Amino acid sequence: MTTAAAKTMTRTWQPLCTRADLVPYSGVAAWVETAEGPAQVAIFYLPGHEQELYALDHHDPFSGANVIARGIVGDLKGRLVVASPIYKQHFRLEDGQCLEDDSVALRTWKASFKGDEVWIEA
Amino acid sequence: MNTAHSDKTAQLIVIGNGMIGHHLVEQLVERGATERYAITVFGEERHLAYDRVHLSEYFSGRDATSLALSTADYYAEHGIELRLHEAVTAIDRDASEVVTPQGRYRYDRLVLATGSYPFVPPIPGNDRDGCLVYRTLEDLDAIRAAAQNATTGVVVGGGLLGLEAANALRGLDLDTAVVEFAPRLMPMQVDSEGGELLREKIEALGVQVLTGRATQEIVDGEASRHRMVFQDDKVLETDLIVFSAGIRPRDELARDSGLERGERGGVVIDDRCLTSDPSILAIGEVALWQGSIFGLVAPGYQMAKAAAATLVEGDETFRGADMSTKLKLLGVDVGSIGDAHGDRTPGARMFRYLDPLKQQYRKLVVSSDGKRVVGAMLVGDNGVYDTLLQYYANRIELPADPAALILPAGGEGAPTLGPDALPDTATICSCHNVTKGDICATLDAGATDLATVKGDTKASTGCGGCAALLKSVVDHELAARGVEVDQSICEHFAHTRQELYDIVRVEGIKTFGELIEKHGNSEPHKLDSSSAPRLGCDICKPAVASILASFFNEPITDAAHIPLQDTNDTFMANMQKNGTYSVVPRVPGGEITPDKLVVLGQVAEKYGLYTKVTGGQRIDLFGARLEDLPDIWGELLDAGFETGHAYAKSLRTVKSCVGSTWCRYGVQDSVGMAIRLENRYKGLRSPHKLKFAVSGCTRECAEAQSKDVGVIATENGWNLYVCGNGGMRPRHAELFATDLDDDELIRTIDRFLMFYVRTADRLQRTSVWRENLEGGLDYLKEVILDDSLGIGSELEAQMQRVIDAYQCEWANAISDPEKLKRFRSFVNDSRPDPDIIVTEERGQLRPA
Ligand code: SRM
Ligand SMILES: Cc1cc2nc3c(=O)[nH]c(=O)nc-3n(C[C@H](O)[C@H](O)[C@H](O)COP(=O)(O)OP(=O)(O)OC[C@H]3O[C@@H](n4cnc5c(N)ncnc54)[C@H](O)[C@@H]3O)c2cc1C
Ligand code: SF4
Ligand code: FES
Repeated sequence: MTTAAAKTMTRTWQPLCTRADLVPYSGVAAWVETAEGPAQVAIFYLPGHEQELYALDHHDPFSGANVIARGIVGDLKGRLVVASPIYKQHFRLEDGQCLEDDSVALRTWKASFKGDEVWIEA
Repeated sequence: MNTAHSDKTAQLIVIGNGMIGHHLVEQLVERGATERYAITVFGEERHLAYDRVHLSEYFSGRDATSLALSTADYYAEHGIELRLHEAVTAIDRDASEVVTPQGRYRYDRLVLATGSYPFVPPIPGNDRDGCLVYRTLEDLDAIRAAAQNATTGVVVGGGLLGLEAANALRGLDLDTAVVEFAPRLMPMQVDSEGGELLREKIEALGVQVLTGRATQEIVDGEASRHRMVFQDDKVLETDLIVFSAGIRPRDELARDSGLERGERGGVVIDDRCLTSDPSILAIGEVALWQGSIFGLVAPGYQMAKAAAATLVEGDETFRGADMSTKLKLLGVDVGSIGDAHGDRTPGARMFRYLDPLKQQYRKLVVSSDGKRVVGAMLVGDNGVYDTLLQYYANRIELPADPAALILPAGGEGAPTLGPDALPDTATICSCHNVTKGDICATLDAGATDLATVKGDTKASTGCGGCAALLKSVVDHELAARGVEVDQSICEHFAHTRQELYDIVRVEGIKTFGELIEKHGNSEPHKLDSSSAPRLGCDICKPAVASILASFFNEPITDAAHIPLQDTNDTFMANMQKNGTYSVVPRVPGGEITPDKLVVLGQVAEKYGLYTKVTGGQRIDLFGARLEDLPDIWGELLDAGFETGHAYAKSLRTVKSCVGSTWCRYGVQDSVGMAIRLENRYKGLRSPHKLKFAVSGCTRECAEAQSKDVGVIATENGWNLYVCGNGGMRPRHAELFATDLDDDELIRTIDRFLMFYVRTADRLQRTSVWRENLEGGLDYLKEVILDDSLGIGSELEAQMQRVIDAYQCEWANAISDPEKLKRFRSFVNDSRPDPDIIVTEERGQLRPA
């Protein structure tokens, strides 16, 4: 559940998986414990980019299925995006904003490497 | 007395179910006339209205069904009673009834659309066996039958239809001659210079041309069945004679019932298509308007529109029609516009151009003030026809030097008339009376491609003569509306798919990264992190993946290719609406052993998969969870299955009928061929999916004529059809080549597929590709069958590379632990996705 109150809850850094679990230039899904309960996140890995890791909701609000990690990653007009594999809406990796519908955004989390481990702030 | 319908509505009877009679019916339906009239249509022929204009294609493989303009269902659906094979023998105007051998039918309004019949000159012996005419399907059946024991054929009449008939005889392998009474061929359309050139060209094709010959009688021959004796006692022997000496209106019903007729026949009509009896109308070739009969479809269609308007109180009228024509006769271009001879325009001035080497003749007739085109004549090259026709039809003022219009391009170049110079009222398609304004209206209503414009306006779906002009108008207008007609694939590449394909081919590029680095658009949307390369997007990535695959056929699950793929290709399964996947193993040709069927059942049961027989003759197992896919496939591979590519833009299925092995009608082993084709082309990545079918005989149980590649067995081998489509916009496949042996068939399909792969746009099925292909089917035949571009062996070699590189993608993935890792729903947890919820229905599971 995303509520205004939940957003303000404190987030903590936690280990998620390893670099070997990731697929370069694409996504994988993982479970993460958040203060609001367990959530499915999509982790995208872009080696060589200034920011190499992005974490967004794995849940696709348009189809209701958990599939965002299986979308194609790309860039549109200079912004990094992922396209939902079901109905092809684009979501910005940096803030989850849907390009086709202003009123829809995915949640995002901070993620980064500690050595070969992937950590997420949730 | 019979009344076909209840007496409450007015009775409308149409006599004649030819091209124009049928067009009237369509017009009436469109205008809602079925509300007010009970309509009955009488047709003397056995067949429902068919495309007489393309009648000759009956000899090159099209059958009656594909020539049909409509279906009995269409008539039934709109409550129109269609009485075929029932000729009207009289009109009883006093009783307002028509009479047929089956009964009498009352009418309130009556339409004569009886067309015309071929005129057979009154030569003694003209009714001998094997003396035929060329007008109906039955005529062609008779010609075909007679040709079976004939070696020579003669066409009497060197006009437009005569030459078409001559071509048909040639196609039936007869030594063919044309005998024309006038001193030259096509006397109506061309002058003596043009006629001479035409004769040379036609003789070069091996058809003998005899002009200035009047046949006196036909008697028994010595070497052949008949002997034609001419006025000078010269003789010509032949086995078969086709008369094509002009047509005469079928106005006998009008004559007998006292309707006003012209001196030389034809039922007199006014602008509203009313005859001298205002309850009776006449349209098409039987009608005489201001002293003229119009022997072409376009004017007939316009009469049909006017008649429909008259019947429902609309206000269109028939205002005469242009008889300009453009034809290819025996492969020779002939064009005639307006007053081509210049003998109907006082003070007309003529420009002529003759190139004896290239065998081209062009004549331009301009008004006495030199400002307008009043006519033109072309032999050998119709290249400037469209331009000249627009000058003529729209009365566009001529350039200072009109001769430039018919001089060969080069040097200054002839001033062609760009689509922007045409007024909105310019007719683009005369068959369907579509103006430039109509085309602009569909574009304004949202159409963005040629195919949609054709569908909406019907433009270019008649004789096809306007195709090139239509395309240039559409392209031009799209560009004017800011629609990118140059079709850059997306913001990452300023190239079309075809250009990208050529780049990959020429430079041997093997990865997306290399391609975007060398040929991508780095501006204007550079990434923020400027050192990083651009990533591409969900448009260009799968398109490039497909191009790379159709060259190198490396496993798409290789690390370099994985980020390019749609999820279906990544996981080699189709994603369903709830995030689960479907599993479709290949069942080549639809043939499957009981053992394998059992395995499919066991696997489905074990993994809780919903099972369904697909429209492609195989079995789909739905609802597989991502993490189960490798296990499911492991079991299927063990049982000898391989991937079915149901997820890929590549060959889906080759549908087959049971064929000669079991069916009493089958003439070839259709299942065997289907399996051979499926195994050959499986795994070929293409711009869109490909579907094939193979039928064992013309009954066509495999529905091959709705496929991208359709094969139908003949006594002598296989007929190949291409570019059909089911789906959203069904399209009949077109006959491409006949009586091929197995190897010829495969070679032709190799080339066809590779040419499509090379030149089509992304996600363009063969049908749409074909619709947009400049030069149409003829061009495609030249490239594939005649190898006009000299790329035939290259295409074959490339296909062979793809085939040699084939490996089952699932087998490849399953043997690679790195690849298998991706089939985890969650990288840090083996819990299944709890949001996938299923429920039971009819004994199987489905998404809740
Ligand atoms: C399973 C099946 C329906 C069935 O239960 O019978 C099916 C299912 C789908 N079809 Fe189909 N089509 C199936 C036979 C057909 C047929 C019939 C045939 O092949 O003889 C047609 C019409 C023939 C044709 O394509 O010319 C057909 C025309 C389409 C179209 C429209 C294509 C077009 O050109 O208009 C689409 C949409 C597309 O491809 O863009 C489509 C797309 C789809 C998709 C892939 C939609 C999607 O993106 O999810 C469906 C995937 C189901 C899945 O998850 O596996 N399917 N589809 C059939 C699988 C056949 C097979 O064994 O591979
Ligand atoms: C080989 C060939 C090629 C042609 N090529 C071209 C071309 O390239 N471009 C072009 O514009 N035109 C072409 N034409 C001409 C074109 O086909 C005709 O202009 C058009 O078919 C006329 O249509 P219609 O309906 O008036 O007559 P038809 O198509 O002849 O239809 C009349 C129908 O009425 C039926 N009928 C007649 N009397 C009765 C009765 N008493 N009771 C019941 N039914 C009756 C006839 O059997 C016939 O089926 C070509 C014609 C032929 C034969
Ligand atoms: S297409 Fe012909 S051979 Fe095949 S099943 Fe049908 S009738 Fe038999
Ligand atoms: S002019 Fe005949 S189809 Fe357009």
